[in-house]
Amino acid sequence: MTSTTLSTDLSAAPRNRGGAATPVNGAKLFNRLCAVCLTLFALIWLVPFFWALATSLRSDGSITQHPVSPFAGGWSFHAYSYAWDNYPIGWWYLNSLLISVLAVVFTVGFCSMAAFALAFLRFRGRAVVMALVTAGLMLPTEALVLPQFIEYRSMHLLGTYWALVLPSVAAPVSVFVFHAFFRGIPTPLIEAARIDGASWWRVYASVCMPISRPAAATVAILTFINSWNAFLWPLLVLNQTKSQTIPVGLSSLVSNSNIQYAEVMASSVLGFLPLIAVFLVFQRQVTQGIATTGIK
Amino acid sequence: MTTVAATRPAPEPLAPAAASAPPPGSERRAGLLLSAPFLIVYLLFLVGPLAVGIVLSFFNTTTVKSGLGGWVGVSNYSKVLQDSLFWDAMWHSVLFTLFTTPPLVVLALAAAVLAHRMPRGRVFYRVAFFAPYVVPSSVVALIFLWMYTPQVGLITKLFSGLGLPVPDFLGSTSGGWTAVVLMTLWWTFGFNFVLYTAALQDVPPDVYEAAAIDGAGPWQQIRLITVPLLAPTTSLVLILQILASLKVFDQIYLLLGGGPNQSTRPVIEYIYDTGFTSYRGGYGAAATMVYFVIIVAVSAAWYGLRRWRATSTAA
Repeated sequence: MTSTTLSTDLSAAPRNRGGAATPVNGAKLFNRLCAVCLTLFALIWLVPFFWALATSLRSDGSITQHPVSPFAGGWSFHAYSYAWDNYPIGWWYLNSLLISVLAVVFTVGFCSMAAFALAFLRFRGRAVVMALVTAGLMLPTEALVLPQFIEYRSMHLLGTYWALVLPSVAAPVSVFVFHAFFRGIPTPLIEAARIDGASWWRVYASVCMPISRPAAATVAILTFINSWNAFLWPLLVLNQTKSQTIPVGLSSLVSNSNIQYAEVMASSVLGFLPLIAVFLVFQRQVTQGIATTGIK
Repeated sequence: MTTVAATRPAPEPLAPAAASAPPPGSERRAGLLLSAPFLIVYLLFLVGPLAVGIVLSFFNTTTVKSGLGGWVGVSNYSKVLQDSLFWDAMWHSVLFTLFTTPPLVVLALAAAVLAHRMPRGRVFYRVAFFAPYVVPSSVVALIFLWMYTPQVGLITKLFSGLGLPVPDFLGSTSGGWTAVVLMTLWWTFGFNFVLYTAALQDVPPDVYEAAAIDGAGPWQQIRLITVPLLAPTTSLVLILQILASLKVFDQIYLLLGGGPNQSTRPVIEYIYDTGFTSYRGGYGAAATMVYFVIIVAVSAAWYGLRRWRATSTAA
């Protein structure tokens, strides 16, 4: 690599601890220009959120009269109470929450167990399991909704929570996240626990899992977001209004002719708020999770 | 979801202390028992649909009632391959990929390189760019539909404010593509941004220091060091983006319904329509398999290319 030769050649040169952002060779102006561009870009990216929020607090009359001045006409929470009363948003929340939590619990449990077996145990069929998991990463399951639907129907799973939980549990990528983490655990630790008389199950549950909280957090958060946001599959599987999830329920409001702007935007805000809150709290884990599943 | 397999070789098992001794029975049992729950779900619900799809594609199955229907051999396949509507839909998915991939890769690279140069505020940029990605697609559609509304929408106002002709965002084919591409840019750009940011963190700062000492200006550093060092990431981001874009459904379905006159209908919506509007299950399954093979071929080609390049540079 060029990087190593460059750095060893100049290892005697004085180090500047500032990192990549250190201004050198009159780069100050350049950096300032970059900062302005990037910040402007980031602010533009936030506009849709604020626009939805501002619209949801206005009245439909003032929106049509003064479309681009969000401060005209005063603000109120009327649209929220209207949206809450007219759509079963509470049920949608409950469904989404139940499905996502079940998906997280089963995915973290099953995938970490399989990853533990693959990382530490020798057993017949280990290579087959490993190969299956690796191949599973290449399968574009999203393309298989039709046969998936027919399979679930023949198993009488349509309309149940299981129909939405099970596909996210069968996630090879989660096994890989756990597997990569487990491989960093020193073997002597496992051996010591075994010598102390712990069963393999004990080693998994009381030695490995407590150390692996970062991996569990990554898998849990990504599974939660993915199953909360899933659209096509829940659209196919659920068909009564009350048992819908947030994304499917809200999609019934998407229509070109909907002119109740404030109510629709209030529903959108209710739709994005919980996810944004989860993301803001866990943003470090979310982005690190994306990076580990994508790059390593 | 193809990521890990494609980029990281399957790790070797931990070298056991006594590799030659056969593992004790308890270890073998524990191994099987611990992998069993995942394996069962995996075989039933990941491999299962694939098998069901292959079987269905040879039968004249209808989606309305259970049962396979009559055996039709490969006639479903020959009909799919001759169906111009299928190829139109396939072309729309490809077109969407061609429209979205270049800006999503280039913008993400540019923003990540700039953000990496900033001494402060990286968390702010990360939040601002990635936040849309965690929002459900139907909510994104609701917000953008509102911004595309004629007369009162923010984006239509912006177009007319800049003196540009305002496209008929939801009523015309070209306007529809513009609408969907803009919305997708906003929604998914943060994912690639995060991948690039992570890769940039692995570039040792010494490289820049050395370049600065050698007299390279900031623009030269970016062009001659950062971008070449990021080449492996770019190839990864590119293939992930292509695969994701080929699987487009949510945005086009929600915003346009495949509309005007199915002129933007992507292939997943075609399968959805044949299976759940026309109830032609067997035919839809054949279309699924054709599309499935195309997607697998794209990722396999990329994987092969990587392997080939890795071995040829190593030699």
